[in-house]
Amino acid sequence: MEETGGANVAWFDDIDLDDRASVGGKGASLGELRRARVDVPPGFVVTTAAFRRFAREGALPRAVANDVARGYARLCAEAGDDALPVAVRSSATAEDGAAASFAGLQDTYLSVRGEANVLDALQRCWASLHGEAAVAYRSRLEVREEEPAMGVVIQRMVEPRSAGVMFTRSPLSGDPSVVCVSSSWGLGSSVVGGEVTPDEFVVNKVTGLVVRSTISDKEIRHVPLEAGSGTREEPNPPELRTRASLETSELRALTEIGTRVERHYGCAQDIEWAVDGRGTIFILQSRPETVWSARDREAAAQRALETPKAKPFEHVFSFFGPRKT
Amino acid sequence: MATQTTTFPLPSEVAAVPGTEGSDMYPYFTRVAPGDDERFWFYNGMHFPEPIPAFDAITAEAPYMSLGAYNTRVFAIPTVLGIDHRIINGRVYISAVPVTDPAEIERRLAVFQERAGYYFSNWDRLYAQWNQKIAQLLADIAAIDVPTLPEFDEAAVVTEGRGIAQNFYLLERFHTCIEAMLKMWQYHFEFLVLGYGAYLTFFEFCKKAFPEISVQTMARMVAGVDTLMMRPDDELKKLAALAVECGVESAFVTGRSAQEILGDLSGRNGRAHVWLEAFEKAREPWFNISTGDGFYHHHRNWNDDLSLPFSALVDYVADVRAGKSLARPTERLKEERERISSEYRALLASDDERAAFDQMLGLCHLVFPYVEDHKFYCENWIATAFFNKVREFGGLLARHGFFADTEDVFTLHHSEVGLALTDLALSWASGSPPRGPDHWPAIVAERKRVLAAYAEWAPPPALGPVPEGIADPLLLMLWGITSDQLRAWAEPAGEGNELRGFGASPGIVEGIAHVVRGVDEISSIREGEILVCPVTAPSWAPVFGKIKAAVSDIGGAMSHAAIVAREYGLPAVVGTGHATKRIVTGQRLRVDGTSGIVTILD
Repeated sequence: MEETGGANVAWFDDIDLDDRASVGGKGASLGELRRARVDVPPGFVVTTAAFRRFAREGALPRAVANDVARGYARLCAEAGDDALPVAVRSSATAEDGAAASFAGLQDTYLSVRGEANVLDALQRCWASLHGEAAVAYRSRLEVREEEPAMGVVIQRMVEPRSAGVMFTRSPLSGDPSVVCVSSSWGLGSSVVGGEVTPDEFVVNKVTGLVVRSTISDKEIRHVPLEAGSGTREEPNPPELRTRASLETSELRALTEIGTRVERHYGCAQDIEWAVDGRGTIFILQSRPETVWSARDREAAAQRALETPKAKPFEHVFSFFGPRKT
Repeated sequence: MATQTTTFPLPSEVAAVPGTEGSDMYPYFTRVAPGDDERFWFYNGMHFPEPIPAFDAITAEAPYMSLGAYNTRVFAIPTVLGIDHRIINGRVYISAVPVTDPAEIERRLAVFQERAGYYFSNWDRLYAQWNQKIAQLLADIAAIDVPTLPEFDEAAVVTEGRGIAQNFYLLERFHTCIEAMLKMWQYHFEFLVLGYGAYLTFFEFCKKAFPEISVQTMARMVAGVDTLMMRPDDELKKLAALAVECGVESAFVTGRSAQEILGDLSGRNGRAHVWLEAFEKAREPWFNISTGDGFYHHHRNWNDDLSLPFSALVDYVADVRAGKSLARPTERLKEERERISSEYRALLASDDERAAFDQMLGLCHLVFPYVEDHKFYCENWIATAFFNKVREFGGLLARHGFFADTEDVFTLHHSEVGLALTDLALSWASGSPPRGPDHWPAIVAERKRVLAAYAEWAPPPALGPVPEGIADPLLLMLWGITSDQLRAWAEPAGEGNELRGFGASPGIVEGIAHVVRGVDEISSIREGEILVCPVTAPSWAPVFGKIKAAVSDIGGAMSHAAIVAREYGLPAVVGTGHATKRIVTGQRLRVDGTSGIVTILD
């Protein structure tokens, strides 16, 4: 019998942020996003309980393999595709917290097809927990090394026309009234990995207006392999390179979703998103924005930007008064 | 030190337009002085988009006399005194006088806090008083009775033992007239700097909290929806609806003059008289709006020149017949304003910040009625009434042969008109012919020639060394002058196909440009064109119903035109510096009112 109980898999619909310990940060956040009525591609998490069973046995336990295979089969059945491509992504318990982003340090396998490949990717994710870069990052932030655990997200792949990331406040100025979107053709991995200069959009949350848009020359894109598992890089067709990878209506919709997610969590978010060929927007991941939130907390500890005065017009005195430079 | 790449000509380097050398059209104190080369000047094209006739120099003298007095002497604004002006080739250049000594700033701050605090604390009472003073001033101007200088003075001079003959009143009433204009401008600035101070304080806070916020968004939070300046246009819309209601819409035919339409209506039976009565009622006071912005004598009001309101009426009547609703969606605009404010408020980081935001925005709403409504009384009603009164004196001088036409009076400085009237008063007294008919006609002709030559001159947007940063908040607020703006202006005109200005009203459209240099040309604008102009005046509002977008050389995001453009949902870019020089009528343009970029597509 197992010392630790708990199911091997948990479906997104059944989990929320409180399940961080059993499904990891990413998995918990995806469950929570569905609560915020955001379109998240369907999927499940292979739990930390399954990971511990794996770690104890040193090999993939049959019961875990069976549960994961059943979960994958259900995703295939729902989608009507026997070899449904899925994303297999690590979801460590220390990851995606409000204080540290851990972004990109754990493994992600895109467009994985077939039960055997899914189980293989799962084990690679588990192995990545001990990767050097991840260990170094954790120790710098004083995340305790003992008992690291990991969930693994298995989720239907969106075949995106365009994808990217968005911040629900300006990463440059910290302005909380704008959403900043980076977008390029194909999978978001080209944007996250910095392999393409994406289109950049700044959208005002209050007025819904696109405040700035910078359309870049997007040389390449990442696309899923037509057959088998994995992705490849290819040049964008010339007519797409300098065309905006998002429509204004899509930007507005993204902004609305970003604002909703931010309100749901009560803090600024760093969101990965994708738009499929039919223009449906999916959210692939959301985690708290860390840089400006930390600065805000520091600033708030000192004093507010402005405090109320005995008489409202006294604000005008400081405006006309001597200027501190 | 940053490398100074921005350069404008020095004031002393600006040559007189050929053929105008040595012109004495403007007073000596408006000429370039030694030391001016060390100061930064910019062309006040917002208020003076055309060369100014000598008489109209009063609309530079009077406001700077008053603005400076309030800043420097009355409220003691700590960091800035008044504004100096120079008239160069007929254009008004201005330069603010900053206070830089920290000890002096502190000393002024103490006085400022006491005096400005008093005005803010008693705002409503003092503003009610202001409205009474303005009503009195309007009555005083209307009561100025220009003497006719008959052969024998009135009998009452004898029977009442007045002891004063009519030639005295000729001079006294002209002085009263000039004083009324000076007084109007005094009242104009009584609250204005404090009002703008409230705006700027709020704007500065918003920019700190929301670094990417646009001025237009902040402006939307403070802007009022029901202001007097909107009323004249609203009255036209009501009259258009009434025309259809009364069944007289067939009188409003495109191409007909106001006189033809009114003639047609007065010859009709039925309910035409209902419309005519409503029309007469709307004229006072709402047709006392200037077709310009009150800075030039030829900016007549709608009552003087019915062509603008009637051309708009014809369009509005067509809209009503087509079933279009003309009413401004005031409730929706108010709701939108509340929504934007409350959403920004919610994005603030703390309750303290929200409380400060509420105080600052509340202060803006306190001052807004004055900031918006004073324009109707001052620049529109009183300014046009003043110029009309001057016309009466001009008519008297023309009748006595001083010059050929009543309007010629405006080629003379008001001090020169005073001299001409003194001449006339002496001549009436002595019984000898006045000397003026031999003196003034040559001067009038020369002034007209010089003014026409000035009109061909392209004034540089600024003169002298550019300061490191524009520290004066008033320049930013009133004229939209920023360091970035200056850098953009310094770029040689004619290169590239882009112009940058302030995005004053969001949206992107493409269309055909129609360049309009003065108010007399605005009736030529056709449906769906993009208006390109030196500056848009408030009373141009009816034209906004026709155009697709607006582009101006000068102006800030709080200008009335920007507010109107936002209400009409038209993209507008203001303060481009060169638009009327770079763009020609008929070119295709893309106007991006969000980013403030105008692209010439041809």
